[in-house]
Amino acid sequence: MKRLMILIAAVALIGAACGSDSDPTTTAGSGTDAPTTEAPPEGAQAMADACALGETDGDLNLYNWTEYIPTGSVAEDAEVTDLVKKFEDEFGVDVVLTEYDSNEVMLAQIDAGVGYDVIVPSDYMVSIMKDAGLLIELNQDVIPNMANLGAEFTDLPYDPGNLYSAPYQWGTTGIGYKYGEIDDSEGVSWGVIFDPDMAAANAGYISLLDDERETMGAALIYLGYSLNSTSEAEVDEAAALIKETKDLIAAFNSADYTDLLTAGETMVGQGWNGDFLFAYDEASTDDYDAYEDFGYAIPIEGAAAWVDTMAIPSTVEHPCTAQAFINFMLDAVNGAELTNYNYYASPNEAAEEFIWEEILEWDAIYPPDDVVERLEFFADLGDFNNYYADAYSAAKS
Amino acid sequence: MTLTDERSSSHEETAVNPKLERKAHRRESWRGFLHAVPAYVYLIIFFVLPLIIVYVFSFASRSRTGRPELEGWNVDSWTRLTDELVRTIVTRSLWMAILNTVLCLIIGYQFAYWIATRRSQKVRSFLLILVLIPFWSNFLVRTYAWRMLLDSDGYITQIGELTGLWGRMLFTIPAVFIGLLYGYLPFMVLPLYAAIERIDWSLVEAARDLYASGVKAFLRVTLPLSKPGIIAGSILVFIPSLGAYVTPDILGGAKTTLLGNFIVTQFGAARNWPFGSALSGAILIVMLLATIVYFRTGGRTV
Repeated sequence: MKRLMILIAAVALIGAACGSDSDPTTTAGSGTDAPTTEAPPEGAQAMADACALGETDGDLNLYNWTEYIPTGSVAEDAEVTDLVKKFEDEFGVDVVLTEYDSNEVMLAQIDAGVGYDVIVPSDYMVSIMKDAGLLIELNQDVIPNMANLGAEFTDLPYDPGNLYSAPYQWGTTGIGYKYGEIDDSEGVSWGVIFDPDMAAANAGYISLLDDERETMGAALIYLGYSLNSTSEAEVDEAAALIKETKDLIAAFNSADYTDLLTAGETMVGQGWNGDFLFAYDEASTDDYDAYEDFGYAIPIEGAAAWVDTMAIPSTVEHPCTAQAFINFMLDAVNGAELTNYNYYASPNEAAEEFIWEEILEWDAIYPPDDVVERLEFFADLGDFNNYYADAYSAAKS
Repeated sequence: MTLTDERSSSHEETAVNPKLERKAHRRESWRGFLHAVPAYVYLIIFFVLPLIIVYVFSFASRSRTGRPELEGWNVDSWTRLTDELVRTIVTRSLWMAILNTVLCLIIGYQFAYWIATRRSQKVRSFLLILVLIPFWSNFLVRTYAWRMLLDSDGYITQIGELTGLWGRMLFTIPAVFIGLLYGYLPFMVLPLYAAIERIDWSLVEAARDLYASGVKAFLRVTLPLSKPGIIAGSILVFIPSLGAYVTPDILGGAKTTLLGNFIVTQFGAARNWPFGSALSGAILIVMLLATIVYFRTGGRTV
């Protein structure tokens, strides 16, 4: 027993030592000699600022969303350039690609100090990470291709002036569905999921994303509220709506909901535009065109829009290579290949010249102006994020 | 002559040299301890330390981004355990775990009994290998395979539709139970087999000779003798069933939050490590107490 107590005491001491190790980053803000709020470590920022155009300082550790950059056999199948290989060849470095499927998972990794060089956070996550001192400022001198970005992507609220992030792709969260299963004669309504009468026809064949902001956001929009609502009553109402809808849906799924749709396990699903189109492409064969059976719509009540960006975390180990990569991806030809591959719209205006015509004219990827007006970006809600997490857990329990 | 010699000398030793014997004993146990050192070290590094870390984190606070911070110690995470949300989730998880354990026990007992009563050792070994074969592939892969069996085009759905007994089962509660039963049945069968195989069948014969009916002989002799297997199997099935989260997600469509999913969410999307730690820590304590009580009461009556 005595030995056990000694062991516990020893562990407590180790724990305390670890705690004080992490102190410099967390308590620097409250110290008297450092009045600024949580600033990233000086070293990484200074190194990034000292990089020259096209300079590399080692291999690239890229942390990106699943299947979000063309590489390997997938790129070959899609008949687009293998951008990872092209970067490796052009700059003589190796790229280690790690993939994630949720902003929060990525945040947890960076927060835990894992040393990635480039990450791809969505808009609201950029503000969370920026405020927490987890991103370093980009050295604009070595990323001249920033000039390729369309004017509407240079001053977005989550990061005005793109000081910490460079837009990668943008898209919408709408409804993918099988033609003939829902009434789309006058546009598609979120009611096909949330209105019990309209959804009854597809009961048991509907999927929702499993994501506290996206899923709650769709319910909020259907109820006529903002998807960034900070009213507890509104969020509670949305949670209650999701709870009621549970009897009608097949699954909460953010991972393979598009496969469920093309396999006939669902008829209607909430999801990301590029994901649906990518799946329709995969389901098509020489004799079968899946686009004749499946469509994507931005609902008449409105929908979420988002921008995914490239950013450099404070845990960066190769800041020069990281910035060379960001500049490489913002190149007009490379940016076009990215869109030709993943069917998400490009924020890169100069790239439009090289994007396949059919993509530029595709309403599901480049929505017309009147539809764009119905879109709303997710915002960082600060401490209120927890309220969403709890309400969503409660809705699903 | 030699016999008496031996007897007298051994008698002499125990009588004359108790000290020597104690010394030998001590040396023996010291050697035993040395053999156990690797296991102790392993368990302390990979089990005791992480466990202590979990309990330490359950009292930590969180930064704005949700990073756990080892300062501002508080018991908020523990007080949250009494929330209605937590109680609903715990109740549902318990209910599912108990039901799955009972199902596994009913089906597994008959199966284990059947295997253990095969005459030929070869047949028994072969049947046991069949029980183990599923472990050769990953649980996640096997669960996805069940999804294909249960979906609209799957054989099980087609059989149900042909007979008019059931429709598509994928994303329903029965689908979750099929997955859980499938996943944990071997954990029930193996300890039950070990217990039943060891039973001295002459005791059952004796019961029958004394005019006990087959049912009575089973209830009064076989069942009590296989109790250690029932206890071990139930614990092996109940504990992972309580934390199951892959099966409800893939086969149930993630529509109901169970304890496992709830804890995973705390360490992922919700970024609330202290609360997740408190949840895991509390379950561990409850399970430990329950197991001790179970073993105590079970051990006495066997």
